[in-house]
Amino acid sequence: MESISDVQKLIQIARRVRIQIVKMLHQAGSGHTGGSLSAADILVALFLYKMRHKPNNPDWVHRDRFVLSKGHACPAYYAVLAECGYFVPEELYTLRQLGACLQGHPDCLLTAGVDVSTGSLGQGLSLANGMAMGTRLDGRGARVYVVLGDGEVQEGQVWEAAMTAPHYRLDNLCAIIDHNHLQIDGRVEDVMNIEPLGAKWQAFGWEVQSIDGHDMKQIMEALDQAERTKGKPTMIIAETVKGKGVSIFENQVKYHGVAPNDEELAVALRELAAA
Amino acid sequence: MGVSEQDMMSTAAGLASTGKIPFASTFAIFAAGRAWEQVRQCVAYSLANVKIVATHAGVTVGDDGGSHQAVEDIGLMRILPNMTVIVPADGVETRRVIETIADIKAPVYVRTGRIATPVIYDDRYKFRIGHASILKEGRDVTIVATGLMVHIALGAADLLKKDGISATVINMSTIKPLDEDTLLDSAMITGAVVTAEEHLISGGLGSAVCEVLADKYPCPVKRIGIQDRFGISGPPERLLSYFGLTSQAIAEAAKKAIKARKDCSTTELPRVRTMRA
Ligand SMILES: Cc1ncc(C[n+]2csc(CCOP(=O)(O)OP(=O)(O)O)c2C)c(N)n1
Ligand SMILES: [Mg+2]
Repeated sequence: MESISDVQKLIQIARRVRIQIVKMLHQAGSGHTGGSLSAADILVALFLYKMRHKPNNPDWVHRDRFVLSKGHACPAYYAVLAECGYFVPEELYTLRQLGACLQGHPDCLLTAGVDVSTGSLGQGLSLANGMAMGTRLDGRGARVYVVLGDGEVQEGQVWEAAMTAPHYRLDNLCAIIDHNHLQIDGRVEDVMNIEPLGAKWQAFGWEVQSIDGHDMKQIMEALDQAERTKGKPTMIIAETVKGKGVSIFENQVKYHGVAPNDEELAVALRELAAA
Repeated sequence: MGVSEQDMMSTAAGLASTGKIPFASTFAIFAAGRAWEQVRQCVAYSLANVKIVATHAGVTVGDDGGSHQAVEDIGLMRILPNMTVIVPADGVETRRVIETIADIKAPVYVRTGRIATPVIYDDRYKFRIGHASILKEGRDVTIVATGLMVHIALGAADLLKKDGISATVINMSTIKPLDEDTLLDSAMITGAVVTAEEHLISGGLGSAVCEVLADKYPCPVKRIGIQDRFGISGPPERLLSYFGLTSQAIAEAAKKAIKARKDCSTTELPRVRTMRA
């Protein structure tokens, strides 16, 4: 699909995506609000600006690949896929229902635009490594993007995969950490400290960039820079706010896995409309 | 420990080696699935005194969907030598189980669910590892259930009663070691068995019961559980019906088991009795 490089336009799309996220979560009555909102800008920049893909032909062999390693943030993923035209927006309101294509975690057997099933944390970077190796073997120049959570990087498998990508010089791979400083049960630094995060990835052989994960322009530039980086994979550490865009959800552990109720939805829609 | 289930299991085993009694807890799919080989090597193989208390088992996890619904964990843990596997039926039994396993020196896997379920036992209930409890005694069919399927099995017994069929309902809360005596005593009276579990029909309670009966008292067995497939998103109660985990389904299976017994009753059922401990 055609890439949108107008920053203002992308910011407006991200706002629409956030509105869809809170509405679909409210309709579902359960799901992960905070981590969906924190990843929204990153996903918009990826799918509407950066990635080469064809919503009317999801299996296009030349497409760039995407892995939502923090699979619980799929409301953001689904809203972005609908925005791209993979399915009609009405579909979003079937989230998590019995018989729905939009499962509680991404399901590659049911949802157009989802290449790999995720939900069990810590496995997405390995999947992305495999995809980067495979597409490189195909010689089609496709790039691979993967979004991880900051709590998620506590999983040991992440660090096994962290060694693999530089070892095989997977410069067609770009990983992004949604660094919102919260996980399911508290602050990341209290539950299990992961700092110094950038230095760790650097030591493992990655090109590391640190950006504001809600600044659309910075996200776009970082993705461009990653594409220009040769000989090693790129890790973008995106500083984000969990629950971004809705004051009552921002930086609140409670909204990790809780959907908005009627009143909270009203507040969210009011704030997002004014944004 | 953070999001690091494999690390947690081996760390727990390390703690146990210094004489502590670690309780390691996470979602059932990550306890039994993600960390399976850590549990095998550091806990079961090493006979480490680690108590694994798994939560969010079965399809009643609900909306989160199949990736989070452990339907294979009983099988994964039961297959491990040295492992004790317990699936409490209600809140009272869960409490007793936790108190009991803290006092024994052995690896234990306890499976619990996410949704609230009816309370079956009162405060006088005593739990013993490896001892099933008979909640209802009947002559026509034996229903062996575990976990939240126990109260659903009691519902099935009520349905069957209306049709003049009297059912024994056994809460097989310890899956391993299985209470063979209680199972065989009842099977010898009824000659027809139904198992009920919120788990794949392969590998779990149904398989364990079939193994014992095939060896010691062959008779018709019908297994209620999830067929060979993964779970999906949906409301817990509706998922139970969707996967056929209902009182009606158990009652139907009971009738089929009874019919199967009658069909083969021209040949005498073997009467083997094991020695009671
Ligand atoms: C292997 C595994 N363990 C546990 C979980 C349960 N879980 C879901 S989200 C989450 C917290 C993740 O925190 P983070 O990666 O920081 O996500 P975010 O803040 O972006 O929502 C946990 C522990 C899981 N999905 N997978
Ligand atoms: Mg986080």
